[in-house]
Amino acid sequence: MKIHEYQGKEIFRKYGVPTPRGYAAFGVDEAVDAAKKLGGDVWVVKAQIHAGGRGKGGGVKVAKSLDEVRRWASSILGMQLKTHQTGPEGQTVRRLLIEEGADIRKELYVGMVVDRGTQKVVLMASSEGGMDIEEVAAKTPEKIHKAFIDPELGLTDAQAAEIVEKIGIPDAARPEAVDLLKRLYKAFWDTDASLAEINPLVLTGDDRVIALDAKLNFDDNALFRHPEIVAMRDLDEEDPLEVEASKYDLNYISLDGEIGCMVNGAGLAMATMDTIKLFGGSPANFLDVGGGATTEKVTAAFKIMLSNPKVKAILVNIFGGIMKCDTIAAGVVAAAREVKLSVPLVVRMKGTNEDLGKQILRESGLPIISADNMADAAQKVVAALKKTKPAKKKTKPAKKKAKPAKETAKPAKKKAVAVKKKKAAAVKKKKAAAVKKKKAVTKAKTRKPVRKKAKSKGAKRGKKK
Amino acid sequence: MSILIDKNTRVVTQGITGKTGQFHTRTSRAYAFGNDCYVAGVNPKKAGEDFEGIPIFASVAEAKEKTGVNTSVIYVPPPFAAAAIWEAVEADLDLVICITEGIPVRDMIEVRDRMRKQGRRTLLVGPNCPGVITPGEIKIGIMPGHIHKKGRVGVVSRSGTLTYEAVGQLTELGIGQSTAVGIGGDPVNGLKHIDVMKMFNDDPDTDAVIMIGEIGGSDEEDAARWVKDNMRKPVVGFIAGITAPPGKRMGHAGAIISGGKGTAQEKLEVMEACGITVTRNPAEMGKTLKRVLK
Repeated sequence: MKIHEYQGKEIFRKYGVPTPRGYAAFGVDEAVDAAKKLGGDVWVVKAQIHAGGRGKGGGVKVAKSLDEVRRWASSILGMQLKTHQTGPEGQTVRRLLIEEGADIRKELYVGMVVDRGTQKVVLMASSEGGMDIEEVAAKTPEKIHKAFIDPELGLTDAQAAEIVEKIGIPDAARPEAVDLLKRLYKAFWDTDASLAEINPLVLTGDDRVIALDAKLNFDDNALFRHPEIVAMRDLDEEDPLEVEASKYDLNYISLDGEIGCMVNGAGLAMATMDTIKLFGGSPANFLDVGGGATTEKVTAAFKIMLSNPKVKAILVNIFGGIMKCDTIAAGVVAAAREVKLSVPLVVRMKGTNEDLGKQILRESGLPIISADNMADAAQKVVAALKKTKPAKKKTKPAKKKAKPAKETAKPAKKKAVAVKKKKAAAVKKKKAAAVKKKKAVTKAKTRKPVRKKAKSKGAKRGKKK
Repeated sequence: MSILIDKNTRVVTQGITGKTGQFHTRTSRAYAFGNDCYVAGVNPKKAGEDFEGIPIFASVAEAKEKTGVNTSVIYVPPPFAAAAIWEAVEADLDLVICITEGIPVRDMIEVRDRMRKQGRRTLLVGPNCPGVITPGEIKIGIMPGHIHKKGRVGVVSRSGTLTYEAVGQLTELGIGQSTAVGIGGDPVNGLKHIDVMKMFNDDPDTDAVIMIGEIGGSDEEDAARWVKDNMRKPVVGFIAGITAPPGKRMGHAGAIISGGKGTAQEKLEVMEACGITVTRNPAEMGKTLKRVLK
């Protein structure tokens, strides 16, 4: 889980890691009030989004008067901040951090992560702060110094002192820097962090060291013991589809392609994406339905995949182990009916009750394309996608030719209408789905034996892959 | 023969009374020699009772003393799983297989550190893994037994269903497996590819190995370098995640490309350079192995 810089600094303060004074602000007036409260004559207005590279993207500005604070706050709040980590569409800025200015003599870098090789937390530090540390690591790896931390002892004085010396902190500031590193490690360990980064850590004119930035990520598996960190979660910063998926215990990540894929197991899901790419397609998402894929879960997965407008075809790849293929097939059919599936669907099922599953798909009357193996499935879904494409391309130029004069003026309006239509269609869909549900219930009554079986099996299973 | 487990292995199930533990104990006991192998369960609150005839003990140590178990399988929920691993290590078992998914990394760092510092001989497989199976003899974990076939190809993988995929392809081609090991997808775990590879190399009944990896970390590269200098048997490799974007966690806690490292492309290149026959098409893992066997 990620948090904002200002939240990271709150945690730093709790652990005694020195930071500049500052306040979070959600509006322009609040930003000016924050600056007044801080006093002084230099302030920094910082956009709070989860992505890095905010300064380069124009999200961090220095203000030398309250008027400037107001001006920067109003221009940054609400802007689409684009950085190398946000993607081309950028991220809307909804929160600011107003901080006192710092007297910067030198910028340094400090980071902590879990090292898989040694199975320890590693402290990384460099005299080259403020810039992209990955670039430093690639070009001048000798400028990054590491200390592997014994989990029983924690970061020792000797380790911290060595690092502090190597990154060129002057004598006068060393005791304070050693103390900062030890406190940072304690914060990292206590909060079950997976990443802590201070970039830059600054040395001030009067030999103090201050965390000018704060980046903290946390181990999702440990959140159960940190309700105070869970409370810092900002859903605005997360992909709404990913948030929706997590409600159903689905592991979903949006990608840029056109082929939605639903797979059981993370490794197989990645392998399925790779196979799609291998045969000339591009995956629209990563989606691991996990072990206990019930009809409800499969339906939710279909809805989430389809709410991505880029999805033009779907590939389902299931290796039914303990989870049986007929259960999955019933789920896929029910889901396809409920969402009134209009894009091509290719299903590859393997494993327990494979034939029964294929039979359910065949007899559903739905235009489901069945595949024998992963490669076959990928080829079929790419072919199905190509079939739908040329038709669209043909219609577009024809329209343009018909109305050449109005072409430039119209697109915006057209889009608006299209959006409205889409919304209306969505409402209609919802209503239709509700009706369908009712129908499904009555249908289920007549088809009782099959349904019951599937349900009781689903309930019995815990973790299955 | 095989590696890690065979029909003489005696298993204690930690978390035998939970839903998951019950379900998989049943299916594992029904597989091959499972009836002889599954001899004990642990639950301090239900000591003295039994699970469908399998006696339940208060601790792993007691189970070992009374039944002679040498291996443990863990289905204990994540908050208590690391402590369960330690209990089995302290009881000096040969092998602990931890199926549990979602254990905090910090807990794993602590238990692994203690194992190393005390020089414990117990081997750990997992956590967050499907388990280990020696086809025709014993199945410890959540994998579907019936897709396997007794034979002479070793399989080692970080991912569950992708292992089944490889095994399924082999079986379909009539190629059996000596042992299939799921080492799990967590960043801090027990046996790594390289450790399992060494065992397959020393196993007279394994002729070739399929190594399946995924993005994140450098375990596959480490294993590949070892293979280059030491392996006497052909190895086939696949890495999942060529299309995975950097910075995104793909399901497994360990499956993430960070700092430009751990990409599938990089891993595949190192593996190829080390003499491993790699395929970029996961549907061809079985066929690729068949080719190198000739």
